[in-house]
Amino acid sequence: MLYFSKLKITLIALFTLFMVMVSSSNFLDLDLDKQKKIKLGLDLQGGSYLLLELDNEPVIKQKLQSKLLEIKDYFKKNKIKILSLKLDDKLIKLKVSKDDVEKISEIFSDKESTINPYYFQYKAHQLDVKINGDVFNLELSKYGIILIKNASLDQAIEIVRKRVDEVGTNEPNILKRGNDRILLELPGLDNPDRIKSLLGKTADLAFRLESKSSNESFGTEKLKLIETGEELLLSKRVIISGDNLVDASPRMDSLNNQTVVSFTLDRVGSKRFAQATKRNIGTRLAIVLDGQIISAPVIRDVIAGGSGQISGGFTFQSATDLALLLRSGALPAPLNIIEERTVGPDLGQDSINAGILSLIIGFLLVIGFMTLKYRIFGIIANFTLIINLILLISILTLLEATLTLPGIAGIILTVGMAVDANVLIFERIKEETSKEKNNLIAFDNGYSKSKITILDANITTIIAAIILFIFGSGPVKGFSITLCVGILTTLFSVFFIARLLTSIYVKINKHKEIIIK
Amino acid sequence: MKKDYKFNQYYKSLNVFSIALILLSLIFLIFKGLNYGVDFKGGTLIEIRVETEKPDIEVLRSNFNKMNLGKISIKNFGSDNDFVVKFKRDELNDPEFIENLQKNLSQELTQDFSFRRVENVGPKVSSELLKAGVTAICLSLMAMLIYIWIRFEWQFSVGAIAALFHDVIITLGIFSALSLEINLSIVAAVLTIVGYSMNDTVVIYDRVRENLKKYSDIKIFDLTNLSINETLSRTIITSSTTLLALVSIFLFGGEILKGFSLAMILGVILGTYSSIFIANPLLVFFKVSQKTVLKEDN
Repeated sequence: MLYFSKLKITLIALFTLFMVMVSSSNFLDLDLDKQKKIKLGLDLQGGSYLLLELDNEPVIKQKLQSKLLEIKDYFKKNKIKILSLKLDDKLIKLKVSKDDVEKISEIFSDKESTINPYYFQYKAHQLDVKINGDVFNLELSKYGIILIKNASLDQAIEIVRKRVDEVGTNEPNILKRGNDRILLELPGLDNPDRIKSLLGKTADLAFRLESKSSNESFGTEKLKLIETGEELLLSKRVIISGDNLVDASPRMDSLNNQTVVSFTLDRVGSKRFAQATKRNIGTRLAIVLDGQIISAPVIRDVIAGGSGQISGGFTFQSATDLALLLRSGALPAPLNIIEERTVGPDLGQDSINAGILSLIIGFLLVIGFMTLKYRIFGIIANFTLIINLILLISILTLLEATLTLPGIAGIILTVGMAVDANVLIFERIKEETSKEKNNLIAFDNGYSKSKITILDANITTIIAAIILFIFGSGPVKGFSITLCVGILTTLFSVFFIARLLTSIYVKINKHKEIIIK
Repeated sequence: MKKDYKFNQYYKSLNVFSIALILLSLIFLIFKGLNYGVDFKGGTLIEIRVETEKPDIEVLRSNFNKMNLGKISIKNFGSDNDFVVKFKRDELNDPEFIENLQKNLSQELTQDFSFRRVENVGPKVSSELLKAGVTAICLSLMAMLIYIWIRFEWQFSVGAIAALFHDVIITLGIFSALSLEINLSIVAAVLTIVGYSMNDTVVIYDRVRENLKKYSDIKIFDLTNLSINETLSRTIITSSTTLLALVSIFLFGGEILKGFSLAMILGVILGTYSSIFIANPLLVFFKVSQKTVLKEDN
């Protein structure tokens, strides 16, 4: 166990040197483009952590409604008679004549079916079909729902990114979590109120005409005007929607000194807008945002240029926000904030200071204790500990891991526990030297006999750390990473660095009596 | 210097003591329960720093009570100028909630203050976090059981797991008795305790197994005592250095890490104790002998 070839010594030295250089990049500013550094978690640098959940109910309802129409068209095209077809909450009920049941059942279960698509990735159909006599009960399958959720989540992430980017925060981190959640990390932001209010709006914009009678072919509904509370009967037909907007910005209207939002439409939108305004001069045009009417001016003239403005008693701030929302587009479904954690930068700095102070004190205490206890071998153990810390920092750097406050606690804990392996070895050597006069053999035995115990003992801690990594969230994850890496670097430093140093010391003092206290 | 302390003399009395502690902890856990923080209970936590002169906590309390937040709890946090306010809130969507709170408070309070930390956890997330925490702890116990089952004989795994349960239950019992807050970092601490306690037990068990193979004439009762003595230096030194590091976190690591380091300190003390006085008597109880360990080698 004590023999090291020259090649091995060189490799260990080179590796250690490399790691020292890597870890030093955290403290020096080398101005390199790809300089890797440990990132500070939000609890240390300050910032906001938001977990958002997409409320997919409306999206699923909408999907079912369009599925209903799809089925109707499909059956019409294939000349199969439908006795009745209706949506009952989340169940499509399809009644057909008894003779057709078998044929239809085949259509739904066909893997090539266009009306009930088969997903090869999931090995499942979009709809679960249950036949009850001559009634087909169609329900979205688990995978059908997952696909809908994934699609709307992807869309929502795109919109969230646009809105967050527009506010211009520093390096936001936007991540998908599961099927319907978005994790938003905003470093350095100590007041997330504006972001929250921007993300809280779906920003579903529609221009709709006031309806004279309630039995219009598109259907009508009553909506409220935000400012006055006045109720208007509107046609459900959407003339132009937010999708038709290419730009929006806040402006001062020079005529009446009001803040307005001016917008530009795309080609399709401009055409439709021009036609609608031409045909409906004298009618009120309602601008509906998220189910409420912002304003409903009377159409006085054809608006042909493809641009216009929305007024509605805006302040400059609210006009800016509305323009931003319109530019970034509508969310597919409302987003709910289900978790929020914000740490101010001064608390973060306090945490860093406290963490570093306790690391230094803990480190000095351990080093002092080991030196008093083991003298020369204590110094070897301490030197190993320093190398261990450097390795730990450099591996965290290479992984570009995020350092959190519990992560710092993990490093300090590593300092306390890392000496364990050395202690196990020294204690074993102590026993061996009392039996064996030859130092080299005694030390060699000490190392080999304690090896299994050290591995056993460290594997248990690593198991706990890995489970914590899988189930832990946020800062706690940072703790498990440092603990895991800490154990690995401990094993390396003890079995390579400490063993090398011990072997050098023993070889020099081959014939002297070596006593470990 | 050969150590020969008679640990085995205390097996019985200390086992009774441990069982009493476990029962007491269970009574606390069942009847008083744990004091869950916002992570697991849901709700809002605000850490407030009041600048300049030190405020009266009662003034702050009455100010918050005026705001119709339901039942609030307010406590000093570390220093005299820092406070933590907690209350229940299910709806987190109102973006102006915190701003309004700040405005309300600034009208009532003469001193300058700032919100240093705001945590809102919805009911859905908190129940998920709790579930994940419990799952993680159960899984880690199971993983340890399996690991030690592979490495040792079943008597050893039962002994090691009993020691683990002992440590985890009593640590949680103390947290319940003292009404200390259980949050995400406490779960991390409990998992680390599981790892540490196991580590300690494994070192002694390794020695017991080695000695079992070496000496056929020593009874398990004395053999465990011999093994404890042989590994005693290591046990003391490792727990000392670990405790030194932890005490340093407890004293200087700031208020946020207090609960975590306290749980770890308790766990390390209990873990060291249990690996001597719980794990070993169980081997005696199971009448482990040379035959037990030699069976597997043949």
